[in-house]
Amino acid sequence: MYLLPRERGCLTARKQGGFVAKRMKPVDAVLVGVGWTGSILAKEFADAGLTVVGLERGGFRQTVPDFQAPGIHDELRYAIRYGLMQDTSRTTLTFRNRPDEQALPMRQLGSFLPGTGVGGAGVHWNGQTFRFQPADFVLRTHLIERYGKQFVPDDLPIQDWGVTYDELEPYFDRFEYLCGIAGKAGNIKGEIQPGGNPFEGWRSREYPLPPMKQAHAGALFGKAAASLGFHPFPVPSANLTDHYTNEYGLTMKPCMYCGYCERFGCEHFAKASPQISVLPAVLNNPNFTLRTHANVTRVNFDAKARRATGVTYVDAQGQEFEQPAEMVFLCAFAHHNPHLMLVSGIGEPYDPKTGRGNVGRNYTYQTMSSVSVFYNEEVNINPFMGAGALGTAIDDFNGENFDHGPHGFVGGAYVAAYTTGGRPIQHHPVPEGTPRWGLEWKQAVARHYNHTVGIGSHGSSMPHPANYLDLDPTYRDAWGLPLLRLTYDFPENDRRMAEFLADRMLEIANAMGGEQVSENRLGGRYSIVPYQTTHNTGGTIMGIDPQTSVVNRYLQSWDLPNLFVMGASVFPQNPGYNPTDTVGALTYWTIDAVLNRYVKNPGPLV
Amino acid sequence: MDGSLSRRAFLKAAGTVATASALPGTVLAQPTATPRTAPLPAQPGAAPALFLFFTVPEAEFVTAAVDRLIPADAQWPSASQAGVVNFIDRQLASGYGSGERLYLQGPWQRGMPGQGYQLPLTPAQLYRIGISAADRAITQRFDGQRFADLSAAQKDEALGAIETGELDFEELPAPVFFETLLANTIEGFFSDPVYGGNRDMVGWRMVGFPGAYASFIHEVDQHGVRYTRAPIGMGQTGH
Repeated sequence: MYLLPRERGCLTARKQGGFVAKRMKPVDAVLVGVGWTGSILAKEFADAGLTVVGLERGGFRQTVPDFQAPGIHDELRYAIRYGLMQDTSRTTLTFRNRPDEQALPMRQLGSFLPGTGVGGAGVHWNGQTFRFQPADFVLRTHLIERYGKQFVPDDLPIQDWGVTYDELEPYFDRFEYLCGIAGKAGNIKGEIQPGGNPFEGWRSREYPLPPMKQAHAGALFGKAAASLGFHPFPVPSANLTDHYTNEYGLTMKPCMYCGYCERFGCEHFAKASPQISVLPAVLNNPNFTLRTHANVTRVNFDAKARRATGVTYVDAQGQEFEQPAEMVFLCAFAHHNPHLMLVSGIGEPYDPKTGRGNVGRNYTYQTMSSVSVFYNEEVNINPFMGAGALGTAIDDFNGENFDHGPHGFVGGAYVAAYTTGGRPIQHHPVPEGTPRWGLEWKQAVARHYNHTVGIGSHGSSMPHPANYLDLDPTYRDAWGLPLLRLTYDFPENDRRMAEFLADRMLEIANAMGGEQVSENRLGGRYSIVPYQTTHNTGGTIMGIDPQTSVVNRYLQSWDLPNLFVMGASVFPQNPGYNPTDTVGALTYWTIDAVLNRYVKNPGPLV
Repeated sequence: MDGSLSRRAFLKAAGTVATASALPGTVLAQPTATPRTAPLPAQPGAAPALFLFFTVPEAEFVTAAVDRLIPADAQWPSASQAGVVNFIDRQLASGYGSGERLYLQGPWQRGMPGQGYQLPLTPAQLYRIGISAADRAITQRFDGQRFADLSAAQKDEALGAIETGELDFEELPAPVFFETLLANTIEGFFSDPVYGGNRDMVGWRMVGFPGAYASFIHEVDQHGVRYTRAPIGMGQTGH
């Protein structure tokens, strides 16, 4: 591992630490976390002449040498032992399904996989890069207009975001052109484009790169879906399909379909990430200082609680530092931003008994189910020829793309056949009814490994008053802070949605020409054990009312106007798409407001 | 949706020729530029009987157990023949075994299944206690016989009873021990051979997983092609 020059300088400073926090030189902006949002803020602010410090709790990582073959092609180390991800021995959260139950620590990762280290989860993501729909951003208003007030379930605190799709479109475009997204437009300025997703919101131009090659699984799925009258399209992908140079002058390379994306760093410079899409363009800017192994423990504010004064962090040696700043940006994973707000005492913690409080409310997730199609041995699927975003999808049953009137639920899902890689510790599908071990299991694994296609529904998640984040009264992290406490179960609305989608998936699966189909429906309570998705959202949501949101439409704290919260913790509810494109769009949207308005006239932007 | 145009364009650009090998059901030609690995034996040689963590009786128990979880068949070896016992042994002697990433602070409650692992034991401790508890419970149930000495059918019965919790351990929940053993066995059968299991890549060859190759850009849209190139592990050159 290299030490950057600035890291070496920082090590010198650390020697002076003691029980009194060492006060660092004040800067214009401090960033808590250097993943996607932190990296982009660093680049834009440093270029604009602001002094910026990025505090990253993990280490420095880059494509060479950290993600290089053959060592990166290690399923055990990265996919099973979570080599690039949050170390739960240091910090984790506690979990329960319901407010009247005892929360217990998530002692190892499972349901979701937050990252640790420079690049954050932007290192080990798959690269599935969807925009949310226009209706998603004004969901409450839209549902009432389309279906009437009585249609929106009373118990679901669905909210408008305070920003519209039309406002965000240029920023979606910018993030997609930053990454070099490979896809086929379905709607350019209102004109439906053949081959793309006809349901998507309008976009101002075609994707920067053509879509990925289609895998066998996607072709079988797409053919069956089209035969039923649905509209298959290639998943928009941050696994690039050609050499591409972005606005920062950084060149990325085409994907080799090696099948080591999700849970791995990309060796090929072919999966857009902070490492290859942003950071090389800012690391040498003297306005930016990156400090790794710097774990932020508190956002500080003035005596009258009118503005943030900076943050306190602890370095690798356990020494405490104070970093004063004119502006504070929380850029950590969706769990950590609400956690930092709560341990710092900013905002009012949400209380499910009274419905009062803004911090911690509207925690949402994603509602996944799947179906496997088992083929005869003549049909070779070759699941190992894959990429994280290599998939064929339909959007016919997502969001407001269909009439919910007859169904009695809100939300939906896209359905896709992905070929993300056939790494066999995780991928060894067997038909329903196969024993879990023994000779019959072994022979079923050998028989079906290369002859199975999985399709999944990537479902929305609606907020519920009993699903929220607060501080755990019992358990603490390695820095002595209370752990975050997650209370979550699938709302009845989302269960109905998932059942409806599972029925649609079954229809498609039955048309795919296999010998046998096995279903994996949503089932019982939410469990934190099996992996589902790392699309955790909410807790510091954006909105139009300070009583029911934490940040305004510019992701600016209602309480401390020089505090901004980035990332998916600002989503009021989670649509049926992957979040990163919207996270990226909101980042550029906020940068615009900060540089063009806030910096010139600091204060509330709304 | 149709990838054939871009594929043709790519093949043309890459100077290769779309041959009959691109048709479904045919054997993928061996690219001459790819170094071949030496032919691998159908069955690996004897796994080493030297252990870093297990005592000899513990290794006997684990060997007997994993060979029922993944037994030998006519074509492919058992878990222990594939080195799974050595794999688990080395894992337990390493950071994983000492729970390097487990949150191990109390207080301790069993919790609900959806709350996940809730024991104050590292994996190494779980095995040490679990093996001795399992051996004792099994010996009681099967008239004084040790697990390793039972018939295959009796071993399966015993493992099934541990899996469901019907065979009760006083020291810890039997199903937690079983699930850990099963997960580690599958890991050992399919992880890269550098970890001591999947010897001679028998797990990968059994399913047809090619291992640590870095590119399938030439093959990904040859739908249905039968891929026959020998697998490679991380420890081999010619990546």
